Amino acid sequence: MKTKHILLGLCIAALSIPTQAQEIALKGKELFGDITARQIGPALMSGRIIDMEVHPTNAQIIYTGTAGGGVWKSQDGGASYAPIFDDHIQSIGQVAIDPTDPDQTVWVGTGEIWTRNSVSVGDGLYRTKDGGNNWQKIPGFDNSERISGIEIDPNDGNTVYVGVLGALWSDSDDRGVYKTTDGGKTWEKVLYINNTTGVADLIMDPSNSNILYASMWEFRRTAWDFNSGGVNSGLHKSTDGGKTWKKIHNGFPEGKLGRIGVAVAPSESSIVYAVIESEQEKDKGLYRSEDGGANWKRTNGDFSLTVRPFYFSRIVVDPKNPDVVVKGGLSGSISRDGGNTFKPLGNMHSDIHDIVFDINNSDMMHVGTDGGVYRSWNGGTTMEIVSNLPLSQFYHISVDNAEPYNIYGGLQDNGSWYGPSSSPGGIEARDWTRVGVGDGFRVLPHPTKDILYSEMQGADNVWRYDMKRNYTKNVKPLPAKGSADLRFNWNPPMATSTHQPDRFYMGSQFLHVSEDMGDTWKVISPDLTTNDPKKQEKNSGGLSADNSGAETHTTIFTIAESPINEKVIWVGTDDGNVQITRDGGANWTNVVANIPDLPANTWVYHIEASVHGAGTAYAVFEGHARGDMKPYVYKTTDYGKSWKSITTDDITMFARNIQEDYENENLLFLGAEDGLYITVDGGLNWSKFTNNFPATAVHFLDLQKQTNDLVAGTHGRGVIIIDDISILRDIKPEILDKNVHFFDTKPGTMVEEGGFGGGSTELEFVGPNPGNALKIKYYLKKRHTFGKMTLAIQDMEGNEITTLAPGKSKGINIVSWNYASKSPKLAAAKTFAFGGFTPVRVQAGMYKAVLKKGKDTYETTFEVKNDPKSFITAPERKEQYKTSKQLFDVQEDLAYMVYQTNLMVNSAQDAIEANAKAAKVAQPLIDDLNELKNTLVVTTGDNYVGTAPPQLREKLSTLYSDVASNYEAPSAAQKENINLLLERFNTANADFEKIKSKRLVKFEKYLEKQEMKPITFDTKEAFLDSKE
Amino acid sequence: MKTIKLLLVAVIVSFTTMAQAQTAEEIIANYFENTGGMDAWNSLEALKFEGAIKVQGMELPMTMIQTKEGKQLSVAEFQGMKFYQGVFDGETMWNTNQMTMAAEKSDAETTANAKLEMNDFGDPFLNYADKGYTVELLGNETIEGTETYKIKLTKEPTMVDGAEVPTVAYYYFDMDNFVPIVIEQDLLTGPGKGMTGQTKLSDYQEAGGIYFPFSIVAGAKGQPGGQEIVIKSVEINPEVSDEMFAFPEGK
Repeated sequence: MKTKHILLGLCIAALSIPTQAQEIALKGKELFGDITARQIGPALMSGRIIDMEVHPTNAQIIYTGTAGGGVWKSQDGGASYAPIFDDHIQSIGQVAIDPTDPDQTVWVGTGEIWTRNSVSVGDGLYRTKDGGNNWQKIPGFDNSERISGIEIDPNDGNTVYVGVLGALWSDSDDRGVYKTTDGGKTWEKVLYINNTTGVADLIMDPSNSNILYASMWEFRRTAWDFNSGGVNSGLHKSTDGGKTWKKIHNGFPEGKLGRIGVAVAPSESSIVYAVIESEQEKDKGLYRSEDGGANWKRTNGDFSLTVRPFYFSRIVVDPKNPDVVVKGGLSGSISRDGGNTFKPLGNMHSDIHDIVFDINNSDMMHVGTDGGVYRSWNGGTTMEIVSNLPLSQFYHISVDNAEPYNIYGGLQDNGSWYGPSSSPGGIEARDWTRVGVGDGFRVLPHPTKDILYSEMQGADNVWRYDMKRNYTKNVKPLPAKGSADLRFNWNPPMATSTHQPDRFYMGSQFLHVSEDMGDTWKVISPDLTTNDPKKQEKNSGGLSADNSGAETHTTIFTIAESPINEKVIWVGTDDGNVQITRDGGANWTNVVANIPDLPANTWVYHIEASVHGAGTAYAVFEGHARGDMKPYVYKTTDYGKSWKSITTDDITMFARNIQEDYENENLLFLGAEDGLYITVDGGLNWSKFTNNFPATAVHFLDLQKQTNDLVAGTHGRGVIIIDDISILRDIKPEILDKNVHFFDTKPGTMVEEGGFGGGSTELEFVGPNPGNALKIKYYLKKRHTFGKMTLAIQDMEGNEITTLAPGKSKGINIVSWNYASKSPKLAAAKTFAFGGFTPVRVQAGMYKAVLKKGKDTYETTFEVKNDPKSFITAPERKEQYKTSKQLFDVQEDLAYMVYQTNLMVNSAQDAIEANAKAAKVAQPLIDDLNELKNTLVVTTGDNYVGTAPPQLREKLSTLYSDVASNYEAPSAAQKENINLLLERFNTANADFEKIKSKRLVKFEKYLEKQEMKPITFDTKEAFLDSKE
Repeated sequence: MKTIKLLLVAVIVSFTTMAQAQTAEEIIANYFENTGGMDAWNSLEALKFEGAIKVQGMELPMTMIQTKEGKQLSVAEFQGMKFYQGVFDGETMWNTNQMTMAAEKSDAETTANAKLEMNDFGDPFLNYADKGYTVELLGNETIEGTETYKIKLTKEPTMVDGAEVPTVAYYYFDMDNFVPIVIEQDLLTGPGKGMTGQTKLSDYQEAGGIYFPFSIVAGAKGQPGGQEIVIKSVEINPEVSDEMFAFPEGK
């Protein structure tokens, strides 16, 4: 079996080698074709913002650089935003608008600069020259990791200074201030201290582009510690365009310095502010200079000015008033007296990272927080969230088996939530339910009950939440007598069991298990970590203590019970142990030494216990917290005795999570720091999935068993779903040789829904639904560009039901059909009748999709089913269909009658115009027909409140529309009404025939006698075919 | 075996070099050459497209007429009513109001922008340099599973809500045959502002010596689906009259 898989893999691999030079390898975009991801948010809690920029002359344009969701652009003054950087790494440090070409040229430095433990990484510098449509990577910054400043000369857009903060977890020479004078072709490093000290802030004097301020910061993070500050930190100034620099510390505190934020007052550039982290508490805070940094005086050392400098050191000066200063912080604060006193900004999400003022009105501000962008119209006193930024940062997600299924997960600084994968009118903010506070991490639904488990950082709380009763209980494991203090990771692992629904696992340094949903706990392992005391730092932070628990290390990070054998449990630790027990915890073996080419002590981020074998598992390791950005993904089939690497060069960054397919062992999904990767050949080739899937960090993946939906929890773009990945199971080399190949069409279910949804405003994010339409899937070897191509739905006798717009891409095409046949052709009238927009829904049964491409015809058959949850009986359903058809037909009969009427009236009028004598026979015909027509269709009024009283067409149409869009048989009232209208139609038809036999015959004789053109009616079939 | 491989590599290399050597000018010239030739394109005076707008279960017949002078109309028919959209006589642009079915003039900015489009008859790339348009080959990109040349077309700036903005569209020309298969353009106004509109062109067929796309699917970039317009016939240089485009005063 294994051989076969490998052979298959080789075949696919061979295909991707260009044996036919002009063909593109079936990898990447071609492989996935029309398979499109669905971004469902949520946006209600949004996510972390790093940097905001306003256009210098157009107040409508604002850019927002986010921690993990790329760059967003507002073109409506901050009312709403749209993403413009989806193809590139989504972690942003700095956005800068070229003042010499502000509509078009924008620079983006990647890698977030507020260096908390969970930050992602950047991969360099980018520039657009068309307002964000196309981005070019600027060479030279591939290893910059974090870019903190981009300053562009307002007199010359080719002269640009870039401040590189650099690597957070390792030494790096790629730090300091870089300068180009040729628009980015070549760069010179003009300020460099050492490989541990980077640029925290880089500011150009707005009135003199030769003057630059650069704050240098010595900093380092490890998985277990953070250090801010050192003797190399300092504030430097250049007055000659970066040629020479000197430290400007006159009035600065003595001793080591930490992070320094700088701001120059735009309206008076001699006034400079610096917010300083230093050794002594008494020295920390805001400093002001009135002589361009030559001398400094401390103005304020309040909490809001000194809190967590590594996270909050942005200061911003009002563009119109040098004494109005705003500082980021836990709440953000504003001074109106030159920095002497501060008051907090208004209520909004905590953790304020950047503030921008409107260019024309300083009362208007836009503020970036850990929970999205807020705007204020009154100088920061009241704040309002931007509701269409789905930047949620999930650490973990899980799904349940409800219909529609729910997605559960925890977010950076935004609690824990669950929400549906589908909701009437789309997935709105109100569809999400909060199930935890603080930082949220893992949320797991109980396998069978309406209960979930959620937690906050470091397992400070572990909640068992009763979803029906809205009731919580803290079930956190605690140390018992004689046991050690428990070390929980910031992101503590939990797991449930497929074998025992009430079983619940948690990991500290020990594995804890409860058989009663957390009420009682048992420790079933020794300390499974290295328990290395060097990695158990208790005083993190450096110059400013920062003991949030985020650096707790030597902990268990992932737990996986085998879905095949409940005695087999895998545990992975953040310090690199892979432990397995095969007897439910009695004995443990550390198997990490069996893994080839893996650096020791690399964080075990995820272990996936396979459904394909009790000894089969996948392990994903990542070493980014020590500067190792490579992916490490391994597979074992023998309980960890041997491991095989399944990564390739296709994956360019570190990965955190893997999800296997439940049916095809070779189909795997990998969550990496720069997006989602998929292999269909067991890891021989990986393709990045990019169809509406941004290059955002994928922290966790789950595959929903009933729908085969792949659900990704991203750390910056919320939940992203790829609906029904089952087609990827069927991709085989022989298919790729065919010109056209239909994949098996899954039966479509006509879900009986008729509710209302949609309570969101225009500016709120609403996640799209998957829909219930049937999906017809086919592969095209080549894009269809020349000649005709059509796709029709037919019944099994070959009668056309409807036609669809076929996809024509090379690769996989997916076309949706909503079970509708054609709409009726309605009689011509003065106004719309809405029945004309209503098709008859088909009956359950077998149908064909027929694809015609040039001279060739391809077809496939599929089944349409009724809703299994329906309460409607088969005879009722039949009656609904029959009545719909009956009303459909009678409307078309009426349309044909009106068509003939109009022809006759026109002809009669023409005859009178030609010869007044014709009136004798023509006028009675006209009069009778018009009298009849006035009862058949509306001939006056409009489509709104000037509407005329409805006539037969309008009444039939309304009734038809009601019956046809329903699922049940017509009601008694509808039946009576149908009889009434059919009677009216029959009477009208009799009248019509009478007019024809009495008046038309005479008029036709007249025409014949006068040798005038006779009236010729199209046949009814021809009339209906003419569509109009 | 090694020789064969090397040869293969050589072939690939020469092919890619050739592909890369293409300039925007050459690609556009090839497009006109492959679709009828510049003479045929330049001899166009007016075009009439007849087809249907497809909505699931419905096909609304529609007609579009464009003239070299820059006049244009499109009309869809439904239940015996004619629904005009974007009718322009060179001075006044008008549409049918769906509520009253009466003609209403477009706002001044829309009309002013329509005037800028008057020189786009036939194809915006036709004699683009004479029109002051610029083209730039941005590179190769895979779209619709197909390798294409991505060309940026910059036309006269348009006015959006009182401010002048550049008019830019991105065309993806199939490398095999040099016809555009996808067009992308930022939506500058309306509820979709900030999104990118994407138009897919296919079913190119010959009519009067020129190849036109007979299937046009308009939608939003990154989103599945879109609305298809199927062209059923193209008439070259049809008879037109000024009244067809004029705003129907008092009607």
